[in-house]
Amino acid sequence: MSAVGQTDSISGGGNGVPPVTKANNNQFLTFLMGEQEYGVDILRVQEIRGWEQTTEIPNSPVHIKGVINLRGTIVPIVDLREKFALESLEYGPLTVVIVLKVLHENGERIMGIVVDAVSDVYQIQEDEIKSPPQLGDGGSTDFIVGLADISNKMVIFLDIDGLLCTEDIPEMGDAVSQVNDHS
Amino acid sequence: MEVDLSQFFQSFFEESLEGLDIMEDELLKLEGNDVDNETINTIFRAAHSIKGGAGTFGFRTIADFTHVMETLLDQVREGAMELTEEMVDAFLRSVDCIRNMISFEQEMSSQGISPEHESYNNKFASDPGVIALKNELSALLKGENTGTGGNESKGEVSEASADVSSTSEAPDETEDDSKEPAWKVTFKPDADILKTGNDPIRMFRALSEMTSCTVKLLPSEDPDFQDYDVKQCLLSWELLVGSGVDEVDIRGVFDWVIDECDLDITKIEPKAAPSGKATSAPVGDAVPADQSVPAQSAQNVPKVSAPVEKKANAKAARGGGPEGSIRVGIDKIDSLVNLVGELVITQSMLSEIGRDFDEQKLEQLKKGLSQLEHNTRDLQESVMRIRMLPIRSTFTRFKRMVRDISSQLGKQVNLEILGESTELDKTVLERIGDPLVHLVRNSMDHGLETPDERVAAGKSQEGLLRLNAYHKSGNIIIEISDDGRGIGVDKLKKKAIDRGLIAADAAITDQEVHELIFHPGFSTAEKVTDLSGRGVGMDVVRRNIIELNGSIEVESEQGVGTRFIIRLPLTLAILDGQLVRLGKSMYIVPLVNIIESIPIKNTQLSRVVGGHDVVNIRNEYIPVIRLHRLFNVEAEKSLLEDGLMVIVESDGRVVGLMVDELLSQQQVVIKSMETNYHKVEGVAGATILGDGKVSLILEISDLVRIAGMKNYFENGKVKSDKEEAA
Repeated sequence: MSAVGQTDSISGGGNGVPPVTKANNNQFLTFLMGEQEYGVDILRVQEIRGWEQTTEIPNSPVHIKGVINLRGTIVPIVDLREKFALESLEYGPLTVVIVLKVLHENGERIMGIVVDAVSDVYQIQEDEIKSPPQLGDGGSTDFIVGLADISNKMVIFLDIDGLLCTEDIPEMGDAVSQVNDHS
Repeated sequence: MEVDLSQFFQSFFEESLEGLDIMEDELLKLEGNDVDNETINTIFRAAHSIKGGAGTFGFRTIADFTHVMETLLDQVREGAMELTEEMVDAFLRSVDCIRNMISFEQEMSSQGISPEHESYNNKFASDPGVIALKNELSALLKGENTGTGGNESKGEVSEASADVSSTSEAPDETEDDSKEPAWKVTFKPDADILKTGNDPIRMFRALSEMTSCTVKLLPSEDPDFQDYDVKQCLLSWELLVGSGVDEVDIRGVFDWVIDECDLDITKIEPKAAPSGKATSAPVGDAVPADQSVPAQSAQNVPKVSAPVEKKANAKAARGGGPEGSIRVGIDKIDSLVNLVGELVITQSMLSEIGRDFDEQKLEQLKKGLSQLEHNTRDLQESVMRIRMLPIRSTFTRFKRMVRDISSQLGKQVNLEILGESTELDKTVLERIGDPLVHLVRNSMDHGLETPDERVAAGKSQEGLLRLNAYHKSGNIIIEISDDGRGIGVDKLKKKAIDRGLIAADAAITDQEVHELIFHPGFSTAEKVTDLSGRGVGMDVVRRNIIELNGSIEVESEQGVGTRFIIRLPLTLAILDGQLVRLGKSMYIVPLVNIIESIPIKNTQLSRVVGGHDVVNIRNEYIPVIRLHRLFNVEAEKSLLEDGLMVIVESDGRVVGLMVDELLSQQQVVIKSMETNYHKVEGVAGATILGDGKVSLILEISDLVRIAGMKNYFENGKVKSDKEEAA
């Protein structure tokens, strides 16, 4: 029996997904957008790269900047400023794309987010993260996991899965009628 | 712990189906030819391994059925019986029958119902057709003509067949003296036998299924308690096997372990020798109470050992899903290993150059890089080749089909198969089967004439049907040609006019008329068998082929014959595309969809009902899609007259796409958009161009569909060119 148990555990180890939940990891990468600092689970960060020209996807929402070739994989890029309805900035050589691993109901996705700058890496204890305030107007705090105070600055921790996977799929028919309506 | 045999089922099914294909193929070879011993042997071996496997895995219905077949084959093989037409025919039907049984088991096991399961109910166990076929085989075995057979044997035979359903009774026509042991078998397996996945109990069970079998455990020396290894089998047995089997049969049971055991088979002289009687006993007898094997092995020898488990996992992984496995020739793997070896050498050479680089090494570096490129290309080709399988298996099944249909239709058909070893992508191969069946059926049904008609037309009695597969300029071509009556252009045209597909006075060439058979309007909705042309479900055939990024053409000459030409890409992962530019964006239009590309100014442009642009090309009105509006991107040329039009076709509908510029044609590797994003309307996928940029591949069927949508052309809503220009 012991032999069998061993085999099982070996085979089980192969397909086990490393535990990437907000709860049991406490290192966060933070980035800046305007004055505000945001944090994401560092284990979800795959790489950080500079902005490069994307290929636009027809009729995609305005915050989807297009797709890039990341070593043979097609990776969509989301402008977080536009997603958050902030004033958009001109992209320059210092614009940063953070490539993230996003968990989706059908598995894992690789997506990039455009942010102003990468800030820091913080070690934060779980109890330092406070739950987001209820803002009454609903919706707007949905993608916030919590807030923390780090050397008198507030950092907003984001739920990137919720943030990046709830993209409404526009039908081209809609786009067509939009085009027609505008004219 | 029990070994979960169901994890091996998939492999068994695959191997059995393969075996059945072999049997069928060989049986067809037997027809009309002299009996070749090797052919019979091949058939016998295939039947034998199916029986063995089925027995091991508990598919008793299959095992029992195959047993009868195998016995008859054995008789033929040993020359005791003459092979007759009838036998071949019966064997062929048996092959079908076993195939049905296997697919039934496959179905059951996919639902997780194994033969031991309580809800397991094998419908074939009491299927009258199966029993009748089995009776027929048994009758043949007795040397009777099936036509007249059955007078005296009937009772006995049906008794035998009734046994198929009841597992406790053995399927043979015999009496009790089988209980007399005729053989003494001493079986002393090596200690490691369990590690190879073999289990003595299954062999004993197999023996007891053939005849009676008493198992006795021989005294063995027990090791010290601390030296016990659960993975070792330290037991040996003596078996008393009943008559009715010969030494070969017994050895057959131990075939798989013959190198891992001491096997001694001696004949016990019977007291009274009732020779030549087949024999059997209830399976239950095989397990006498106290010394019984199951008890022993359950207590002393755990049936699972780690290596077995591992092997099982590997196998399960290999045969997991329906598309989970592929058999790859060892030569392909070897060439891959060689290439990887070369790649490693190149890599080390390059890193050597890079260690302390100076300009003198530039030449070397260039050489190294070109070698790297060479290696990469070879490696890519080799990896692709792994997915490639010869079309043989698909073609081979037509031999049987043609044989059956020709006798059914009373036509004489000579099937010629060429290019069997042409290799196709596995996915393509699986999905091309049905369209091919359809085309072959069509050729036989409508194309080839009856012998009388052929003679009257001055042709030989026998019609020719040819299947050919070959490579041509990066594509696979499959041709199905016949020398039948060809497509009746006039009738077809008349029918098309009747259905309003073409205008009564339309001037169209014969070739265009031929193409009409692929029109959806000629579908199965109404079967017109008196029509000499084809057209039954041909649109479905074409759609299937287009789904594979392929195309189909037809060539036909009345009275001479018809030829279908299917063009398929080498693989589904690579697409032939035309690069087009629209403003700053590049798009790929799949080449299979493109009919032609023309500057719009050379066409007759007109605007129907306010804003619906159409161009008139050779008397056909083609709607124009302004891709930049549809995709909401900037185009360089907004005036229709300046643009280029790529005329594309999908599902039988033709539209023109307005683009700025045509660039090169190239093969592109298809990357899915869905992996990291989601399906985008009008986009089939993406690819990476030579400069590393991403380019989107257009999905023409989407675009065509959108072009048909009402609101795109809604009256007055689309900007006029002047408005847009302003």
